[in-house]
Order: sequence, then structure tokens, then C-alpha cells
Amino acid sequence: MSQEFVLVPEPTDALPIGKTGSLLYWIASVDHKLLGIMYIGAALIFFVIGGVEALVMRLQLGSARNTLLSPEAYNQLFTLHGTTMIFLVFVPMVVGFGVYLVPLQIGARDMAFPRLNALGFWMLVFGGLLLYYSIIAGSPPDSGWFAHAPLTAKQYSSAQGVDYWAIGLLLTGIGTTTAGLNFIVTILTMRAKGMRLLQVPMFTWIMLVDGFLIIGTLPPLNAALVMLLIDRNLGGAFFNPQAGGSSILYQHLFWVFGHPEVYLLVLPTFGIISEVLPVFSRKPLFGFNFIAGSALAIAFLSYAAYAHHMFAVGLGNAFNAFFAMSTALIAIPTGVKIFNWIATIWGGKIRFTTSMLFAVSFIVLFTIGGISGVTFGIVPTDWQTTDSYYLVAHFHYVLYGGSFFAVMSGLYYWFPKVTGRMLSEKWGKWVFWLMFAGFNLTFFIQHILGLMGMPRRVYSYDDLPNWSLFNLISTLGSFLLAFSVLLFIISVVLALVKGEKAPDNPWDAWTLEWATTSPPPIENFEQVPPIRGRRPLWDLQHPDDQDWQRSHSGEKIGGQPHEASLPSEHRKDNSQ
Amino acid sequence: MTTDKNRLGMLCFIATETIFFGMLILAYIYFQNNAPNSGPNARNSLNVGLTAFFSLFLFASSGTIWLAERSLHRGNQRGVSLWLVATVVLGLIFLGGQGYEYAKLIGENITVSRNTFGTTFFTLTGFHGLHVFIGLLAIGILAGWVISGNLKGHKSSALGTISLYWHFVDIVWVLLFTIIYLLALL
Repeated sequence: MSQEFVLVPEPTDALPIGKTGSLLYWIASVDHKLLGIMYIGAALIFFVIGGVEALVMRLQLGSARNTLLSPEAYNQLFTLHGTTMIFLVFVPMVVGFGVYLVPLQIGARDMAFPRLNALGFWMLVFGGLLLYYSIIAGSPPDSGWFAHAPLTAKQYSSAQGVDYWAIGLLLTGIGTTTAGLNFIVTILTMRAKGMRLLQVPMFTWIMLVDGFLIIGTLPPLNAALVMLLIDRNLGGAFFNPQAGGSSILYQHLFWVFGHPEVYLLVLPTFGIISEVLPVFSRKPLFGFNFIAGSALAIAFLSYAAYAHHMFAVGLGNAFNAFFAMSTALIAIPTGVKIFNWIATIWGGKIRFTTSMLFAVSFIVLFTIGGISGVTFGIVPTDWQTTDSYYLVAHFHYVLYGGSFFAVMSGLYYWFPKVTGRMLSEKWGKWVFWLMFAGFNLTFFIQHILGLMGMPRRVYSYDDLPNWSLFNLISTLGSFLLAFSVLLFIISVVLALVKGEKAPDNPWDAWTLEWATTSPPPIENFEQVPPIRGRRPLWDLQHPDDQDWQRSHSGEKIGGQPHEASLPSEHRKDNSQ
Repeated sequence: MTTDKNRLGMLCFIATETIFFGMLILAYIYFQNNAPNSGPNARNSLNVGLTAFFSLFLFASSGTIWLAERSLHRGNQRGVSLWLVATVVLGLIFLGGQGYEYAKLIGENITVSRNTFGTTFFTLTGFHGLHVFIGLLAIGILAGWVISGNLKGHKSSALGTISLYWHFVDIVWVLLFTIIYLLALL
């Protein structure tokens, strides 16, 4: 058959580019690869800041009636920690992965709107700086990352912290919205010739869904923030019950953003997992269409489930019943994905690289977080456990044990492509096991603390039986976790300084980003291999065994099944 | 049509704006239905006739920008610049009307901080006015490009994209005018 390569169209605009490596080269850059690296770099810097805030809180909670922190400082710390981790770590992290990888995976030279891409990044950075400027201004925000009204009203939070918080989030929110828009347009219009929409790699497909989720999710937050700012600075009455306003309205607006936001952060990590697991199991992704469809289902249902954050408000039984049901419902498409990933690994030739270890542990930890999440959908249980450490444990299992482990998996997987250097596998194993141990030590016991009645967001506690011990275990775990992050950062620096040079396709992967050099040249590709299926590099290497010539059960279309003669990687291949 | 990435990008942007305005409208309707009986509200404070008159200028500007697009397709550069300038003038008249309305209301001490009607009314119409203003800036830049002969090549798709935005701003006003002014007459 013909193996004609597809030319990649050149951009229509000349894009500014400074001298390689200079400061201007980075600041003025509109190249998606540099912006992707900057997104991820910014996320890692904020991750360290947010992590230190968490460590200080854990120090305070390490023993009963500790006096390290004042209650005010503790409130400021958990607000900054939550806001930082959600908006300045996870958002730029997943957007960064998307910005870097999507054009490479679809065989394009850049995003659809390179300048908008840069604008979005810098708005996010300045939003983050504004949030942290509140410390210099003397009044960090202290009303929690969701800042429920009327606590944020001028009469209860008279300092400027909430204003910095709101304006900072407004900036990052608008920046993120432009990124979402950019993903949609890029994936819909810039795919290499021959690549159909359902032939894009799973990560790219999920970034498309995520793009829609982003542009649908951020506007309610922006509306809520604008109203909050009007209330605080112009004397508006939106959320002020004394003036006829409604503080419940804020909760609705915030959580109709807040819940889809969680999926907005989690979905791209599903995409990362869906790239890593097949490559290290030497099998195609099991049930591509099911994973693709369930991503859509999750995106839709996430809006329908938002008010399970509001069961404790007392909105009535019919209201609660609806959102209890939708919460249970969203577990189904998520479960579909878990089974697909397990089936992908099943019977594969598994290579336990660091990336794979993180990916597999993601499945386990995310499932734990998912199961505790379903318990919150049961209204009476929710009333007992909401705002307790059980909740804290739940969302850390989802966002840290789930999403962040997937992010680590992605970092190990794509690091050679991005930097041209290999990360040390020996260090990687240490990073993984220490992080795994540290994470579970920190957060698993918080389930029990929560069920014992320990409330979240309280700076101290009485010396009740076992409370000090369990909290101390959690604190020790958090320092182990921090140590593993430190090891990771050192191993990254070591790899950049004297790491082994990475080949173009070190993991023998099949998607287009591995068809170019490591790191890719500024234009990404002159040409890409012909695209007839979801694994163009597999097809390129196996002219006699093309993906697209196989049915869904892995048998050759039109030919006799001859499984015995197939390469072992292809046996039990059910997805293509 | 949909493979034009500028157009698609603008449609996505309009989608986010629709949700943003949707939330503000929801807040307005919520407080209208739960408003105290006393104090200023849409029924006793707004001059529907005058606003209807100024609205006509905004609605007309949707027509003029369409005429500008048609002139572009026919290669009539003079027509493009003429209709774009007309659009800007019509939009400015609308904004002037809004400014007059605001001044009058504030003169009667109906402000953002008066009650929920004041808060939601000024937020909603204020954000719409801001969008009109941004649209006028964009159209003004387009007009400048046409007059200096720069609206050509792939840049010429900018007119279609901006006019999409302008129609959106117009449609939002149709909704706002109906919800705030016309429903108050019932």
C-alpha cells in the first residue's frame, strides 16, 4: 500500500520569535510548545507554594490545641491553599498539557489562535500574582476557596482580601476561557489531512470535550464574581439578605461552576491515562468509543449534579432527591472508564515504568475517591459528613490521588518529548513509592477523622481520644509527600542538566507527537505519516498489519482470523 | 462556513457570553419575582417609550453592518466604510440614550445600591452597554482598516466575525428590552 506522507500546512501569519533562550524569547512567545512549558512550569511553582501552605496547616494540626497559627492566619492559609491548587495549579497544568500536546497529536503547527493562547497564559499568571499580592497588601482572603456569601459581604469581610481573590479569579477565569475556545477551534479545524474527528488520540478528544466544558463552566463563576465585586464595592444587593438579596443565589452560581470545574480538571487526566496505559501495556485502548462517549456523558451530567454541594442548605426534599439521583448517575460513565482502563491493561505486556506506576495507582486512588464521592450523593450521609475531614479526604483522593497522580504519569511520559532528556527511572521509582506512601498516609486516615466528627476549616481541636495521634500520622505523611515532591524536582533538574538524551520515540508509542524529534522543532512537522486509524505510527511500522483493517474484535476484515500468527501485542485486542 | 476558524472562535465566545448574560438575567428575574412592593422598580421608574426609541438605533445598526458585509462581498470599498461609520454612529446614539437614562435615574436617587432592582438593572444594562462599547471599538478599527486600505486578504474575514458579535449584542438587547421594559408594562 502507499505510505504517502501528509504535508502540514504552514501558518498564515508570521509569528514573533526572539533569540532562542533569551527572556524575550519566552515572554513574547506565541509558540504552543513554549506556552505549554510555561503553563506547566507556572503550575509547578504554584504547586510548591500551595504545598508549603498545606504543610504549615498540617504542622498546626499536628497536635491538639497547637498555637503555631492564629485562627485568622489558618483561615487565610486554607483559602490560599484551596484557591491556588484549583485555579493556579490544576487549571494551568491540564491546560498546559493540552496546549503542548493537542497540536502535536493532530499534526498541526500551532494552536488555531497563537496570540490568544499567549494572552490566556499571561492573564492566568497575572491573576495568580494579584491573588498573592493580597499578602503584601496586608489582607489575604480568608473565606475559603468557594467564598460563600454572606461571609464575603463587606460587613463580615471588610479587608480587601476578597476583592483580590475575586479580581484574580476573574482574570484567570477569562484566560482559561480563551484556552477552552482555542482547544475547540484547533481540534475542529486544524487536524492533519485525513484525520477524522473520531480518529484523534483520546487525550485530544478529551481536550475537545474539555474545551466545551471550559467555555460552559467559567461564565457562571465570572458572573458570580462580578456580582460579588459589585456588592462589595458599589453597595449592590445581590447576595445581601438584609437588602433583599439572596446568599443562596451565590451558592447556585458558584456550584453550577464548581462542580463541572472538578470534571474540567479531572477529564484531561483521564485523557493522560488513556494515552499512557495502552503504550505501556502494548495494546490499543480498550473501547475507545465508550471512553469517548462517557467523557461526553460526564460533561453533561456534571451540570446536572452541581447542587449536591448544597444538600446542607435545606432546599427541600424534591430538590435534594433530584441531585442525589444525578450524582449517582454520574458514577456510571466514570465507572465505564475504569473498566475500560482495566481491560486495556488486561493481558497486555506490561512495562512498569514510573509513568505506568503512576497511571495504575491513579485507577486505584481515583476509585477510592469516586466511591467516597458517591456516599456524598446520599443526602442523609451527606448531612453527617459534609464539612468534615471525610470530605477533605474525599476530594484529595479525587484531585491529588486521582488527578495529580495522572499528571505525574503524564509528566514522566512526555518529559522526553518536551525536553529531549530522559527522567531517571531509578529516581522515578523512589518518587513514586514515596509519593504513594506519603499520600495515603496523609489522607486515608482523614476519612476516619472525619467520621469521628472532626470538622474541616477549624484551626485547632480538643485532645479527644486518638485525634492527636491520627492527626500526627496525617502530618507526618504530608511531610513524606513533600519530600517525594522535592525528590521529583531534583530529578527534573538533574535530567535537564545531565540527563540521558531521549530518542524520538522512547516508549515506542503510536500517536503523532512521537513522529517528530525530541524536542520538536519550532514548526513541529514538515509532514506527518498517513493517517488511516488511531495509531498512525503503528500503521507506519506494520505495513502488513494495519489498525484500520481490523474489526472491533481485532480480526482482520475480510481475512481469516489467524490469531496465532499475530504479534503477541495484538492478541486479545478488542478495541479496533 | 464552519471551517473558518475565526467564525468558529467567535461562536464559542458568543456561547460563553450567552451563559454569562443568562446568569445575570436569571438574577434579575429572580429578584423581580421576589421584590418588595415598595421602592423603585421597573414598573414605576423606567421610561419605556424613550428607551424603545433609542433601541431602534441599535436594531438599525444590525442592518447597517449587514449592508457593510454585502458591500464587501461586492467589492465596494466605499460602501463598506460608509456603512461601518453609520453603524458606529447608530451605536453611539444608543449609548447616548443609555447615558441619558442613567443620569435621570441617578438623579432620582435610583442607584446600584438603592435596592435589588437598582443592583440588577444597572448590572444587566451596564454589562450590555459595555459590550456595545467594545463592539464600537472593534467596528471603529475595522472602519479605519477599510479607509486606510488594510481590510484585504485573510483580514477581510474579520468583518464577518465582528458582525456576528454585533448581531449577538443586538439580540441580547432584544431580550433585555423585553424582560426589563416590556414585561414591566404588563
